[in-house]
Amino acid sequence: MTDTVERRALTPEQLMSVYRTMRSIREFEERVHAEFATGEIPGFVHLYAGEEASAVGVCSNLDDRDTIASTHRGHGHCIAKGVDVSEMMAEIYGRKTGSCHGKGGSMHIADLSKGMLGANGIVGGGPPLICGTALAAKIKGTSGVSVAFFGDGASNQGTTLESMNLASVWNLPAIFIAENNGYAEATSSTWSVASDNIADRAAGFGMPGVIVDGFDFFAVYETASEAVSRAREGGGPTLIEMKFTRYFGHFEGDQQTYRAGEVEHARAELDCLKRFAARVIETGELARSDLDAVDAEVATMIDKAVDDAKAAPLPTEADLLTDVYARY
Amino acid sequence: MVRTITYREAINEALAQEMERDESVIVMGEDNAGGEGSPGEEDAWGGVLGVTKGLYHKFPGRVLDTPISESAFIGAAIGAATAGLRPVAELMFVDFMGVCFDQIYNQAAKFRYMFGGKAVTPVVIRTMYGAGLRAAAQHSQCLYPLFTHIPGLKVVVPSTPYDAKGLLTQAIRDNDPVMFFEHKALYDMAGPVPEEGYAVPFGEANVVREGGDVTIVALGRMVHTSLEAAEQLAAAGVQCEVVDLRTTSPLDEDTVLESVEGTGRVVVVDEAHPRCSVATDISALVAKKAFGALRAPIEMVTAPHTPVPFSSTLEDLYMPDAQRIVNAVKTVAEWTR
Repeated sequence: MTDTVERRALTPEQLMSVYRTMRSIREFEERVHAEFATGEIPGFVHLYAGEEASAVGVCSNLDDRDTIASTHRGHGHCIAKGVDVSEMMAEIYGRKTGSCHGKGGSMHIADLSKGMLGANGIVGGGPPLICGTALAAKIKGTSGVSVAFFGDGASNQGTTLESMNLASVWNLPAIFIAENNGYAEATSSTWSVASDNIADRAAGFGMPGVIVDGFDFFAVYETASEAVSRAREGGGPTLIEMKFTRYFGHFEGDQQTYRAGEVEHARAELDCLKRFAARVIETGELARSDLDAVDAEVATMIDKAVDDAKAAPLPTEADLLTDVYARY
Repeated sequence: MVRTITYREAINEALAQEMERDESVIVMGEDNAGGEGSPGEEDAWGGVLGVTKGLYHKFPGRVLDTPISESAFIGAAIGAATAGLRPVAELMFVDFMGVCFDQIYNQAAKFRYMFGGKAVTPVVIRTMYGAGLRAAAQHSQCLYPLFTHIPGLKVVVPSTPYDAKGLLTQAIRDNDPVMFFEHKALYDMAGPVPEEGYAVPFGEANVVREGGDVTIVALGRMVHTSLEAAEQLAAAGVQCEVVDLRTTSPLDEDTVLESVEGTGRVVVVDEAHPRCSVATDISALVAKKAFGALRAPIEMVTAPHTPVPFSSTLEDLYMPDAQRIVNAVKTVAEWTR
C-alpha cells in the first residue's frame, strides 16, 4: 500500500526533528536500561528501543488536537507526543518533579495537556479510551484524531476487538496501531495470534488493515499519514500493524531465553535510526554532521535528565492522600 | 403543592435538564434510544426500562446507542470524559460489571491520582441493581460495595424520586467518576419532585425519620423497608431514627454517629450480601467511633451469602423484609447487659 502513496515530502527541519525524537527515545531507553541495572530505578520498566519508527512515524502526523493512548511500553509514545523528557525521567525515578509527581511511574506516564492519555498497565486498556476521545473530537468538531498503540498481546484482548468494532459502528476518527514486536512477554505472536497477521482482523471490523515494516520510518509515516487524513475527513478508522522487534526484554531483568540472534540482526541490519540516516544522507536532505550534532545534543539532554532526576526531591507523606478525587 | 413524578421520570428529567443546561453532557448505552439501524421506530425503547425515553429526539446526536460491548463503550465514555465531555453511560445491569470493570476501576478511578492530579474524569455510569423482579442470579445483585471499595470512585444509591433527580444532577456536574445505582423495583415509585433543576450534595445522609430509641441505617430500596418496619415498631412503642446514607462514597459518618450517640442502639439494613459490605462498613464505623455510646451489640439485616435465587419463594426469603428489621430492632431495643 505504501508503494502506491506519493511520499509527502518532509522539510529538512522536519527530518531533523524526526531524527531528534527517534534518537531521544533510543538514548532515553538505552540510558534507563543502564541505570536500571544499578538498582536505583524502582519497579517494572519496559523499554521501547528498536520500535522508535512506529511512535515517531505515527505521531509526526499528529498535533495538539490529537490524542494517543499507550501501553506498558510507553516511553517512546510519550516522547513522540511531546511529553517533557526530564519530567519523564524524574517520574521513572519516583520523584516529586516527575510527570505524575511520582505517583504513576514508568507504566503510567501521562500528560493530557499534550494529548497523551497515559501509558497503561493493563494490556488492552487504551483502545476503549481512545474511542471516547475520538467521540469527543467528533461531537465537538475539533477534527482531532485519536490513536491507540497496543501490542500483539493486546490484539487478542476483547477490549481491543470491541473497540475496533465500536470505532467502525460510530465512524470514529480513530486509528489502531498494533505494534507486533513478536512477543507478548515471552510468548511468540506467531503462536498467540491465530490469524496470519493482526492487520487481517481489520476486515472483520469493516476498516482497512495495513501491514508496515515497523523499522522503516518513512513507510510508517506515509501509511499513518493516509490513515490520519482519512480519519480527519470523517472516513473512519484504520488498523495498522507494525512488524518489528524490541531490542530489550519484556521487562528489565528478562533473560530472553525464548529467543536468540534476533536483536543482534535487527540492530545491525534493520535499525530504524541507521536506515533513516542512510536515506536522508543519500538523498542529500541532511548531512552526517547534522545528525552527529543531534546525537551529541540528545546525549547531553539525557545526561542532564538523569542527573536532575537523581537530585530531585522525593514525594512526602503529605502527597500520599492528595488527588484521589477532584473534590470529596 | 409540589408536583409528583416517578423515580424513572425523575432520572429522565435530571438527564434532560442537564443536557439542556450543558451541551457537553451526552448519553450512551445499549438501546438508550433503541431502534438504531432498524426499519421501525426510532427511540423505540428509550432504555430497556424506558428511563431515557424521549431524549433521543430532544437532543439530536447526543443520545448514542451502542453495540453490546460494555468494555468498549464504558471505556469510551471514560475517554470522552477526559476530553471535555460529560458522558452519562448506562451499564444496563450492574451484574454486567464483569465485562467492563477494568475500564472503571483501573482506568477511570485511578487517572487523577496516577497522573499526579492532572486529569479530571467527569463520567457518570448509571446502572440498575437489586432483587425482587425474579430476574435471578445475574440480573439482581447489589454490587455497590465493590465500587465503594475503590478509591477514586463516588458511589450513589438514591432511595426516592427527589434524591434520584438531585443526586443524578450532582453526579453529572461532579468532576469525578460516579457510579449511580438505580433500584429496578423503585422506577414506578412516585414522590414529590420540584420541576426546576437542583443538586443534592454527595456525602450528606438524610434522616428520613426521627426517633430516640434505635437507629436504623439503610440505603436504596431498604430505606423504604426500614420505614415500614419503623411504622410497625412505633405502634409497639419503639421509636426508630432512620438514616438514609444516599451515598456510600463519600460516606457521611457524622450523621450516622450523631444518631447512634443519641440512641445507643443500631441496626444496619443492606440488601447486599453480608460480607465486606456497607452493613459491615457501617458496623465497623460505629464500633470504632461510637463504642462508648453503644448500649447493645450492632445488628445487621442483609441478604444471605448466596447468589440471588429465581423462585419467588426463595427470592422472598432472600430479600430483607420489614419483619426481619422489626425483629432486629427488638433485639437491640431489649438488650440488657
